[in-house]
Amino acid sequence: MKYDGRRVAFYAITLWAAVSLNFLIPRMLPGDPAQILLGKLARNGDVTPAVEKNVELILGGSDEPLWNQYWAYLDNIVHGDLGISVSKYPEPVWDLIKDALPWTLCLVGAATIIAFAIGIVGGAWIGWKRGSAWDHVIPFTALLQSVPYFWLAILLVYFLGMKLGLAPISWGWDVQTYDHPEWTWASVVDVFQHAVLPALTIVLSAVGGWLVGMRNMMVSTLAEDYIVTAEAKGLRPRRVLWVYAVRNAALPSFAGFAVALAFVVSGSLVMEQVFSYPGIGKLMITAVSNADYALMQGVFLLTTVAVLVVNFLMDLIYGYIDPRTRHHG
Amino acid sequence: MAEHETTGEDVREAHLVTGAATTVEAADVVADGLPPDLDEAVGDGSLAAAVTGEPAAGPPRARRRDLMPSWSPKLVVGLVITGLIVLFAIVVPFFTLDPNSTDYDGLLKPGEQGHLLGTSAIGNDIWAQLAHGARGSLLIGVTVGVIALLLSVVFGIFAGYLGGWTDETLSLITNIMLVIPALPLTIVLAAYSSSRSMWLVAGVLGLTAWTGSAIVLRTQARSLRMRDYVLAARVAGEKSRRIIAVEILPNLLPLVAAQFLFGVIFAILGEAGLSYLGLGPTDAVTWGTMLYQAQQGSALTLGAWWWFVPPGLLIALLGCGLSLVNFAIDEIINPKLRNVPQATRRVRKAREREERAAATTEEAGA
Repeated sequence: MKYDGRRVAFYAITLWAAVSLNFLIPRMLPGDPAQILLGKLARNGDVTPAVEKNVELILGGSDEPLWNQYWAYLDNIVHGDLGISVSKYPEPVWDLIKDALPWTLCLVGAATIIAFAIGIVGGAWIGWKRGSAWDHVIPFTALLQSVPYFWLAILLVYFLGMKLGLAPISWGWDVQTYDHPEWTWASVVDVFQHAVLPALTIVLSAVGGWLVGMRNMMVSTLAEDYIVTAEAKGLRPRRVLWVYAVRNAALPSFAGFAVALAFVVSGSLVMEQVFSYPGIGKLMITAVSNADYALMQGVFLLTTVAVLVVNFLMDLIYGYIDPRTRHHG
Repeated sequence: MAEHETTGEDVREAHLVTGAATTVEAADVVADGLPPDLDEAVGDGSLAAAVTGEPAAGPPRARRRDLMPSWSPKLVVGLVITGLIVLFAIVVPFFTLDPNSTDYDGLLKPGEQGHLLGTSAIGNDIWAQLAHGARGSLLIGVTVGVIALLLSVVFGIFAGYLGGWTDETLSLITNIMLVIPALPLTIVLAAYSSSRSMWLVAGVLGLTAWTGSAIVLRTQARSLRMRDYVLAARVAGEKSRRIIAVEILPNLLPLVAAQFLFGVIFAILGEAGLSYLGLGPTDAVTWGTMLYQAQQGSALTLGAWWWFVPPGLLIALLGCGLSLVNFAIDEIINPKLRNVPQATRRVRKAREREERAAATTEEAGA
């Protein structure tokens, strides 16, 4: 119980810190983002006092004392008001985020799970065959891990997409045929085809880490006495592998997997730029290149909150997977 | 409480921290010496000084030998790759053209006429950009590595050793920084400044690069804190600062070195990503800014592979070299990784030999 109390307190403090950071960054850094934003808005048409007030709430620039600004800002956030976008004026930031979020969640989430599954099974196998030729696979995963993943994406676009024409190379669906993805068979297939290269990028760049981590844990676990005992009892090797070794060796990887899931929203911002994939990353980059600060702050806040929420859920689940963590608090 | 909050990008860290119950604790091994490695020749010491640093207290010779990495193929390949790229960054820029000079006769051509690797869409010499970019990227990488190292030592080792309220406060900050996603934070920070020097970019990256290392170091420092020799130093009236510098830090050196290399890899990859979005340094050429310019000049649609392939390839190679060195360090910290596969290999060879011997005796019998 004490453990859970501590965790909840930690997440509450972190959430507060993230929101406050989001409040402080535009106000503390040099330059006057609120003025820049209002200038841009004025070019698009009349700026109503309501819009002006909204911008000042998020980015600062009003003459009110900082403390009052802070309370008004918190009040806004609690009501889900993240301000108004300039680049897609006058769409509220929250609506833009709501449209982009499913793309990123589905694509990166699915790719993360695939990479994890391949890495765990492959790592378990290489660890089981320790000392064999399979060990030489490990150094090559270092290369895969060190490849900048957006550069990998560029290579895939160039060689698989452009030279071989195996898969579409940009956007989340065929924009020439459909205005929006529809719930028809053809459209769903089209969406899947567009996800192939981005997903491949993520799987390729993530699988090496899981592979090495799992293999190393397998090697350590296989040296434990209970494995020797299990072998000495004459258990079938397959049983020793899956029931005795893998289950224990995979625990740290599951902890890592929880963290990886938490970073799904923010994990592949740059990759989305390469594919012009209509997710959160693309939104963030559009915001940055158009100096759409309200949208940028909104996306930043979302990525942090996503990490917190997923981490919190995973914490609760992990306590049941590995009861030791509950006692080591 | 910090046991399963390590960064997702790196499972190796996760296993160091979370695996404490099932694996040998790294600190045990480092502090108490390794079993001598009979199979492989042990290096002559120059290498150990470079990778692990010289232990401050001047331990006996045997201990020093144990701290050294053995010359595993991983280590050699890693050091050679890293060394060659560092050499490339130091020497080659003296002999190239100006990376920003333009050659209007040769726009977007593959390597020919005095341009070793060809030219970009605005006539920059790619080879010159690559060499100067190596300098920029490495400088940023090392700067970030140092910043992250200092911060992670303060937030990790100080917190872990001092304990109590200092620990609570420092770890709270670490954990908060850990869950705030690094890339979006650097993007937001970089987006507000219109002209970015190389040092600003390095500073922004450094602010986000230290958290994972801090958590790894804190766990280790906490386990070292209760060792007899540390207690003895405390009873003898040594100041905390001195105990950390003389008793704790030297025993964590391989781990600290590994974390530094992680910091460098993180920084070079992070800089490349940031620059690719157009948020990189505005006053220097780096591999990241090269990729950004390639994207802006639509190198992809024009099929100018000589423009976007080399910088990414060098980043990947450098990262690979540093990771290989890190793998070697990992095998020092956790000897099971090295001894177990070797032992299995030995058993298998012995079995094969036995079978062969049995076969020959059978033949002889027949």
